[in-house]
Amino acid sequence: MLEQLRDLHTQALDELDEIDNSRALELWRVRHLGKKSTLTKILRSLATLPLEERPRIGTQANEIKKALESSLEEKEKLLQEALLTSPLKSLRLDVTLPGRPLPTGRLHPTTQILNEICDVFKNMGFQVIEGPDVEWDYYNFKSLNIPQHHPARDMFATLWIDTDAGETARLLRTHTSPMQIRMMERERPPIRVIVPGRAYRYEATDATHESMFYQVEGLAVDKGITLADLKGTLFDFCRCLFGKERKVRFRCDYFPFVEPGVEVAIGCSGCDGTGCRLCGYSGWIEILGAGMVHPDILARVDIDPELYSGFAFGLGVERVPMLRYGIDDIRLFYSNDLRFLRQF
Amino acid sequence: MKASLKWLGDYVDIKLAPRELAERLTMAGLEVKAIQTMGDTWDKVVIGEVVAVNPHPNADRLKLATVNLGTEQITVVCGAPNIGVGQRVPFAHVGARLINGYTGEAMSLKPAKIRGIVSAGMVCSEKELGISDNHEDILVLPPEAPIGVALATYLGDIIFDLDVTPNRPDCLSVVGIAREIAALTSEPLRLPTIHYEEVEDSINLFASVSIVEPDLCPRYCASLITGIKIAPSPNWLQQRLNSCGMRPINNVVDATNYVMLEYGQPLHAFDYRKLKSGQIIVRRAKNGETIATLDGTERALNPDILVIADKEKAVAVAGIMGGVDSEVTDKTDTILLESANFDQATIRRGCGYLQLQSEASVRFDKELNNELPLLPLKRATQLLLELAGGRAAKGVIDVYPGKSAPKLISLPTQEVERLSGVKVNIDEILKVLKALGFECQENNSGSQILVSVPYWRSYIKCSADLVEEVVRIIGYEKIPITRLSSPLPPQKSKLSPVAQQSNLKDKLRNILTGFGFQEILTYSLVSLEKLQKLSPRLELKVQPLKVANPMTREQEYLRTSLRSGLLSTLAHNQKFESAGIRLFEIGKVFLPHNPPVIATEAKQSQVERELPQEKDMLCAALSGTRLELSWHTDKEMLDFFDAIGIVENILNQLGLKASFENSDDEGLFPRKGANIIVDNDLIGILGELHPKVVQAFELLGVTYLIEIDLEKLLTKLTGTKQYQPIPRFPSVTRDIALVIDEQVHYRRVEEIIQSFPLVTRITLFDIYRGEQIAEGKKSFAIRIVYQSPSHTLADEEVDQTQEQMLARLRKELGATLRG
Repeated sequence: MLEQLRDLHTQALDELDEIDNSRALELWRVRHLGKKSTLTKILRSLATLPLEERPRIGTQANEIKKALESSLEEKEKLLQEALLTSPLKSLRLDVTLPGRPLPTGRLHPTTQILNEICDVFKNMGFQVIEGPDVEWDYYNFKSLNIPQHHPARDMFATLWIDTDAGETARLLRTHTSPMQIRMMERERPPIRVIVPGRAYRYEATDATHESMFYQVEGLAVDKGITLADLKGTLFDFCRCLFGKERKVRFRCDYFPFVEPGVEVAIGCSGCDGTGCRLCGYSGWIEILGAGMVHPDILARVDIDPELYSGFAFGLGVERVPMLRYGIDDIRLFYSNDLRFLRQF
Repeated sequence: MKASLKWLGDYVDIKLAPRELAERLTMAGLEVKAIQTMGDTWDKVVIGEVVAVNPHPNADRLKLATVNLGTEQITVVCGAPNIGVGQRVPFAHVGARLINGYTGEAMSLKPAKIRGIVSAGMVCSEKELGISDNHEDILVLPPEAPIGVALATYLGDIIFDLDVTPNRPDCLSVVGIAREIAALTSEPLRLPTIHYEEVEDSINLFASVSIVEPDLCPRYCASLITGIKIAPSPNWLQQRLNSCGMRPINNVVDATNYVMLEYGQPLHAFDYRKLKSGQIIVRRAKNGETIATLDGTERALNPDILVIADKEKAVAVAGIMGGVDSEVTDKTDTILLESANFDQATIRRGCGYLQLQSEASVRFDKELNNELPLLPLKRATQLLLELAGGRAAKGVIDVYPGKSAPKLISLPTQEVERLSGVKVNIDEILKVLKALGFECQENNSGSQILVSVPYWRSYIKCSADLVEEVVRIIGYEKIPITRLSSPLPPQKSKLSPVAQQSNLKDKLRNILTGFGFQEILTYSLVSLEKLQKLSPRLELKVQPLKVANPMTREQEYLRTSLRSGLLSTLAHNQKFESAGIRLFEIGKVFLPHNPPVIATEAKQSQVERELPQEKDMLCAALSGTRLELSWHTDKEMLDFFDAIGIVENILNQLGLKASFENSDDEGLFPRKGANIIVDNDLIGILGELHPKVVQAFELLGVTYLIEIDLEKLLTKLTGTKQYQPIPRFPSVTRDIALVIDEQVHYRRVEEIIQSFPLVTRITLFDIYRGEQIAEGKKSFAIRIVYQSPSHTLADEEVDQTQEQMLARLRKELGATLRG
């Protein structure tokens, strides 16, 4: 029996010498150390041996087992090392082969920019709310100091909902500003909200005009809010979205629902301010209208304009990616051509 | 509004360079859209004198003109009929940059041989110089034009093209813009002095004015001039009109237009002799009344339109356009000059009815002040006497039913800083306001200023308006940059329905892009046909809201489903994309009838129909191959179970579990659609698109659709998640193969297995149909994981459970273990 064990050991080691790959090594392990190997069988049959032989044979068998196991471990290490240092070119993987494809999806560029814009304002403490696309004339115009026949209605060419005689006029909101009123009717100062959403215009479409577009409305109302706060807020915003190198212009403009009124433009990316087709040769591209909430409007929603003040702004969302990526046709956004969408 | 810098210079000294001035005006609210330099291309054009005109030897219509340029004389061929000896004319040398009179394109002048005569240079028309469209005649300059001097020096100008906001009708005039420049640059404003001789006879002997509608015509002023002679206007006047983009007509019309541009007050000259009995009646048009307007169109009027009439008929549409019958012609010798004010809304409505706008109506539509008309009337009368001769009747007619006191606004001195954040002392406030024409009176303590608003600034109504005036003249660039320092409003709970809804939309967008879906955003407005095509029978389930004035038929109805936009987009992209396409949109659909709620928010008193229900939906479409072509993959097509898997995974990520049952959604292939059920409620559908819909949208191949109602989904998200301890005891895995009738749905098998508490996980890993089992049967291979939270499972315990399970499966579903 002892002899058999010794032969077994020698044979196993001889075989091990010949092995040069891990598959053969695994077969060797099964053959010599596996459940059905001779060595295992011997170890299992120890109980059937005469009592006086058991310790010697048992010790010997266990020693051989341990020795084979450590030889195996050593061989494994050797093989591993050989694999890592092999000079054989045939073993090299062609790493230039294309990888396994995964289906990839992206957010629409407008959503991406809306997320960015909302993030900037959220960090400044603004909360995000939404409002209806179909509005009453009251919220879209009258409550914003634009009664019927007001010349400023020319600034907002309107799509009207077909209405039966006697019904109150409904429309597709021409801006997100109606939410200023809805918000101030619901909440008391301090108010600090932004409203992303769709707006619509009765307008022939061309490279710079769409009948549907996105706006982000902003509103902050409290005691002591000033035009300087508006300037600071919007400058911060422009820096976040366009970088601190880009020029920003904060000028006087007119919107019936703010006083004083503001227009913010940023330096044209197409020409660096020298004038080109993109900016209408002015060097500037308007990105938002803003101003201090008109005192009549505060009074209309029962907020005392002598105690409180506030600012509001309305930002044209598509302008941002157009400027940033040099997109020269706004119609690309909602025609949803994948060759366009997949660029962002 | 176009304004000439030379003209502005009549009223205010301009020391800033044009670009700088434009910048100042723009910053102050008067945007200069463009600066046009008249004469910047005239570098080779000089003033010459025509010293001889001889016939062209070879052409009847052409002449040979010899022009003296001071240092030399040049003879050139000229075709203009008006050329004559002694005229001062613009002469272009070879190489001059001109506009081709025929094609309108820019060109460089080259020497030419015209009918055998060499012509090196050219006498120019206005069109060739880019001044106007007149190409027939050469431009004849005044006799004092200096010979040999560059034309640009003499005639050049800088034209500002201004974008005037609706609140600044005063800046639709040169004087208004000059006043703005004066205030911005602290220069004095010089207004023209108005004085003219009148004859003995009072105007009241010749004419009378009666206003039937004083609300619509608060003021009507008129003057009368007899013995005038109609002629072309002098050169300087024509130039000024041209520079503002108006075409010169004759001295009378030009004078009224000039004063309109100067003061912003539209004026109208009637041929007095064509007014019956010299009567002017301002009244509403009668039903059925018509008038031929100056543009030669016969127009039907209605009582909403205000007209100027004589005793018999309408002679002008008030504030919009004059009538042909009372038009000033070459034979006119007496004119009645109108300077009036009309109700802004009436003018606006009238323009709408008549589809007609004019320089006059544009101004009246901006609400001119009742105090304005008199001064421009006198200015125009003076100018007419200078230009067309004649005698002015004594006095003017001034019917003024709408007179009101000037507006007074109290401005707390502190208000400027409170609203703008700019520290401005009272002296500075007073200086700015006075420069703009406001009269100011401060109280003793200096805490309040009582401001009287000048008539030309009727849009100034409250103290905030005055704050803007002060800050914009001081300069918006002086406003400091500060951050909001007021307290933050209380933050809304993330668990509020509104927060959850927007949160849900964000989550879904991220999940779907992760599953390889491209987000799209399509128009809210669609065509009726597209909505109909979603049903194989072309029927509409919901009547969509219609737009009364659509731009195109493609965008006429508010979408009641996201499907049409999605499928159109899919069809469009299939033309370019060979691999599979996965698209989704999250957006609103518009259902005409909102569930009844009491309209508390709406302010109007009358009963309102509610606004439509705007409902957030998710819609996704997938078609084509599962993955793009590659060396790793077979060309496997997306199928029904991709759609199911996507929905299962979406809901799984939200912590929900869906079940599916056959759907009868008519947009789906019959029998190949499923309702998505969560907690016994239908929250959406998925399935293969109906072949007729596929065809109607011209889609390529089988398309799968997923649609989920986000409001319904939201109601399922109310439960908060509950932590489950990680199991401490090992699990036991068993695989079984069940043979079962074809018509038994898998869900019933799963439900029975699931009902055993030790079962923690069930995976269907194969379905077999074929030779080895009986016909009409299928075999499900299922892996079941058993686990107990309290102890290590013994084999016997698992065996026992599984036996009970198999017994129930046999009894209830007729399922047997596959041998």
